[in-house]
Amino acid sequence: MGQITLQQVTKKFGDVQVIPPLDLTIEDGEFTVFVGPSGCGKSTLLRLIAGLEDITSGTILIDGEDATAISPAKRGLAMVFQSYALYPHMSVRKNIAFPMRMAGIDKAEQNRRIEQAATALNLTDYLDRRPGQLSGGQRQRVAIGRAIVREPAAFLFDEPLSNLDAALRVGMRLEISELHKRLETTMVYVTHDQVEAMTMADKIVVLRAGFIEQVGSPLELYRTPRNIFVAGFIGSPKMNLIEGPEATKHDAHTIGVRPEHIDVVETDGLWQGRVGVAEHLGSDTFFHVHDTGLAEMMTVRVAGEVNLRHGDRIHLNPRADQIHRFDDKGLRIQ
Amino acid sequence: MATKASRSAARLMMAPAVVLLLGWMLVPLCMTLYFSFKKYLPLRGGDLGWVGFENYVRFFSSSAFWPSVQATLVIVGGVLVITVVFGILLAILLDQPMWGQGIVRILVIAPFFVMPTVSALVWKNMFMDPVNGLFAHLWKFFGATPIEWLSQASMTSLIIIVSWQWLPFATLILLTAIQSLDSEQLEAAEMDGAPPLSRFGYITLPHLSRAITVVVLIQTIFLLSIFAEIFVTTQGSFGTKTLTYLIYQRVLESQNVGLGSAGGIFAVILANFIAIFLMRIVGKNLDA
Repeated sequence: MGQITLQQVTKKFGDVQVIPPLDLTIEDGEFTVFVGPSGCGKSTLLRLIAGLEDITSGTILIDGEDATAISPAKRGLAMVFQSYALYPHMSVRKNIAFPMRMAGIDKAEQNRRIEQAATALNLTDYLDRRPGQLSGGQRQRVAIGRAIVREPAAFLFDEPLSNLDAALRVGMRLEISELHKRLETTMVYVTHDQVEAMTMADKIVVLRAGFIEQVGSPLELYRTPRNIFVAGFIGSPKMNLIEGPEATKHDAHTIGVRPEHIDVVETDGLWQGRVGVAEHLGSDTFFHVHDTGLAEMMTVRVAGEVNLRHGDRIHLNPRADQIHRFDDKGLRIQ
Repeated sequence: MATKASRSAARLMMAPAVVLLLGWMLVPLCMTLYFSFKKYLPLRGGDLGWVGFENYVRFFSSSAFWPSVQATLVIVGGVLVITVVFGILLAILLDQPMWGQGIVRILVIAPFFVMPTVSALVWKNMFMDPVNGLFAHLWKFFGATPIEWLSQASMTSLIIIVSWQWLPFATLILLTAIQSLDSEQLEAAEMDGAPPLSRFGYITLPHLSRAITVVVLIQTIFLLSIFAEIFVTTQGSFGTKTLTYLIYQRVLESQNVGLGSAGGIFAVILANFIAIFLMRIVGKNLDA
């Protein structure tokens, strides 16, 4: 069980309001990702849930019970930190055993859970090493192991992958997703990386300056972003945003088209431009298109390899049913 | 920095400093060693020739020898315990965010800047004087008989004075060590259900172990040779005669340079013995 409900939660540091009144429900067993640019309050929100920061006003309910005044240890949540926060002078085994030791669980049960976690996380060979002798990915797994053995109501992850290199990050992303499928425990995951959010989440919470901009499944956010901020934040490469006469044609202040929803045609495209930098990924090619008269620069995604050079003229056709329209306040027009 | 030319140039440039330091150390050491085998009484006939190990035998068999070694170890041990324990407590206190932190930190460090002679005089006359001292007034205020600190509790008084001087040093080093502790580790321990005392025992204390060994090592080396505090307060009476003070008395009060030198050589050996012993512990701690 692990349903977390925030009711009218606020947080102030001195006079600075970091979290304005906020309501959110994280359902039991759900993988929820808080995503947003740095300084948007997503880590603060996680720390409020964990109890490491006191909320200024409002209520936090865990499984329907008021947890606002309960100490972090008693909330039944486990947290994985960005720096892993392993205890450097203890072996991996002792690190993993620490929360159980504090809870006074008997030795046999401790060992059983350690073995189980070590097997699940491929740590069996490293149990007697110190954290200093492990690689970044292994340390991360130890931190997760330390969280698992507590059998918490929910896991809290605070940017757990940002200290890993790109290849390892993809691997760990998969491992955490699989862990979630296996344990079916509530997980709350904070990241600034929208790719992590899209690939792992059941539910994404997009935050900006403490405000929740939109809550929804990854594809809901991708298909129907509620405003320009979400439209620009979700999806890679970024959505092209166009203002001015072209937008007025669609009865909107701003229109947005994702790079993958623009077709390159030989002649007579609706829009025209000059090819700038081309990013060849093999499977796809991203063209930066200049001088379209619509926006400073537009990005177009083409499947496979395309033979266009720097400076070539390019004809573009947006797919009419994939144009997002926004009003002058930046809100989506249905 | 690793070419042949740069390495020999480095050696050449370091040479003057090394030679100077070596001379500074070796000349007095050799002279002490030389005198320790002679009967040398400056005011009673001067150099009276070689006597072999007689000075050593006399120094070690003197009734003042073992009590002086004991007094030395009691002072060093007592000061170490007090400075480390209170140093940790003060460091934790100073690490808390509070108003006027900068000024408080400077005030805490201040005793370290006071010369040993001066601080001992201040303690002796201002605090521990049995008639006019602040402690005497405090005792009288509560209706108790004032303690004659320096004669009735001479060792305790000395340990208090020296600890007061060295506490800032310990606090400073331990404070920097505490500040380098990753706060996420403490938060992780908090989430793991460790109450404050366990967090201190399992996370903070192991983190401080290196700093503590450094404090112990450096302080031991300096504390073995404290002199001014004893000279100014008890003059070595009431059981406060340390090894250093005993050597001083042999050389200057009894005017027996040979006997004092033999004691000096013993002090050097003792200090090295303790230093090597401590270094091995520190080495082990620094490896981890």
